[in-house]
Amino acid sequence: MEELLEILSDLHPEVDFTDCDTLIDDKILDSFDIISLITEINSEFDVAIPAEEIVPENFNSAQALYALIEKLQDED
Amino acid sequence: MLFTSYEFIAFLCGLFILYYLIPKKFQWILLLVGSAVFYAWAGIRFLAYIGVTTVTTWYAGTRISGIQEAGNAYYDAHKKEMDKEARKAYKADVKKKTRGWFLACLLLNLGILAVVKYTDFVIDNINAIFHGEISFLSFALPMGISFYTFKSMGYLIDVYRGKTKAQSNLAKFALFVSFFPQIIQGPISRYDKLSETLYGEHAFDPVRIRSGLMRIAWGFFKKLVIADRLLAGVKTLSAKPEEYQGAYVVLIILFYAIELYADFTGGIDITIGVGEIFGIKMEENFITPYFSKNINEYWTRWHITMGAWFKDYIFYPLSVSQPMLKLSKWSRDHMGKAVGKRVTVYIANIVVWFATGLWHGAAWNFIVWGMLNCVVTVASYEMEPLYKKFHTALPCTNRGWYDVFQMFRTFWLMGAIRILDVYRNVPTSFKQVGTIFTTGGWGSIFSADVLKLGLTGADYLVVLIGCILMIAVSIVRYRQKDDIRVNFEKRGVVCVSAVILLLVFAVLIFGAYGVGYDATQFIYNQF
Repeated sequence: MEELLEILSDLHPEVDFTDCDTLIDDKILDSFDIISLITEINSEFDVAIPAEEIVPENFNSAQALYALIEKLQDED
Repeated sequence: MLFTSYEFIAFLCGLFILYYLIPKKFQWILLLVGSAVFYAWAGIRFLAYIGVTTVTTWYAGTRISGIQEAGNAYYDAHKKEMDKEARKAYKADVKKKTRGWFLACLLLNLGILAVVKYTDFVIDNINAIFHGEISFLSFALPMGISFYTFKSMGYLIDVYRGKTKAQSNLAKFALFVSFFPQIIQGPISRYDKLSETLYGEHAFDPVRIRSGLMRIAWGFFKKLVIADRLLAGVKTLSAKPEEYQGAYVVLIILFYAIELYADFTGGIDITIGVGEIFGIKMEENFITPYFSKNINEYWTRWHITMGAWFKDYIFYPLSVSQPMLKLSKWSRDHMGKAVGKRVTVYIANIVVWFATGLWHGAAWNFIVWGMLNCVVTVASYEMEPLYKKFHTALPCTNRGWYDVFQMFRTFWLMGAIRILDVYRNVPTSFKQVGTIFTTGGWGSIFSADVLKLGLTGADYLVVLIGCILMIAVSIVRYRQKDDIRVNFEKRGVVCVSAVILLLVFAVLIFGAYGVGYDATQFIYNQF
């Protein structure tokens, strides 16, 4: 989780990612951010997030995103 | 059958009466018959095109869903017997079995769109490059082909991804593809959303119907009172680019921005309003786009369903595809983190904007328009850290007037790019925008000369009042994040009826139709 928070903070240092659960709904993360995030996650966690998983529910909070990473790691 | 024609109004009235007279379980069938009549009105032969897309997508969808269901049932029954590797291999095998149907259907339908819409464009370019004389094939463009093909392919991708279960009833699927209010200019609905209300039984609900009628009347007002009136000015100014330069180019940017907004959003208002009177809910396609503070925001507010389609079905899949992730990794290792992070986003962005330009039309002006959007979105992304520093250094940028300045800047920037749509010629468009900085003429646009542009003083006054109304409605929408109709509905039936009547009278008195006018096709019908 720490690694993920670091990646997110790199993208938007001004946002408190531990607390926010409206990253997509409030347009804090845009499509460019999401792809940057996915490439970073791919590099750091060795997990490929498929396009069908790019839905607000998975990207609205750091917790949801981490849960997705864990789920995909488990499937791998 | 134009939305603004008497035929359409008669057709809609007839359908509406029948819809609430017949048993509710047959309502969707009536809508299918109505959609077929509406489509056939444009030419019986075009039914073949939409028919092929409907049948092939429906069949491929049911086959894909069938394979997925059988696969899931087997997986659930045997997963305890399989180890992790075997489970993964089984899932990959099921995916592989569905891929053939998916790709065949996708390529067939995109192929039809490509051949019908782009063959002459390709021939034209081949002739220009190789000085050839290949004859044009001049395919007649089936009505709404770009819209219904994208809608159908969105459905197919959702089924393939397992997000949506395929519709087993061909007639119901045919209604989804051909639903008449949205066949000619969208919104490009998603099956999971539209199907929630499309096939349901709808009781006669006077509140909902009045609300729908209000939206239809507002759409007619925008189209006939504002857009079609301004069209004369746009036509005059764009017909003689060598005569109307400098300040006149600023004027045409303004005229076209208003005309396109009133035309396209007016059409969508009619579409959504028609849906509402039948109890069918559609997505919003515009949410106060001219109040956007930057281009990225603009594209989340303008033609929303098209932008979302390109994002979900091209931008994301392409960006996160294995080759792109490998490229990103390679770039990161060889050129640093900053390049690795950007390379996939930028390549996908270029592809999406090229495709968006091409989707709008088979012509270079649309492609260049798309690429300019691409350049501005990338520049805007790259300059974001700079903007943040600027905003931190200057606290006054947090004030409301700075928001207005940003909206103003975005409005004119998008307007300047859109000029390619007006002149339909790339060199002319660039040259004309250049004259803003080299040729004066500012006095002319504030003099009686503007009365020689095909618009009278009364036309200007009507357009001005129309614009004030559109801005007022948009401000309410922007502030309360909800439709202004809610405010009228709270005041009761008399208020809503009065608004509808006022709009109808305004259209009858000030609408640009009748002798001397020709109610024109909606701009987006051609796409």
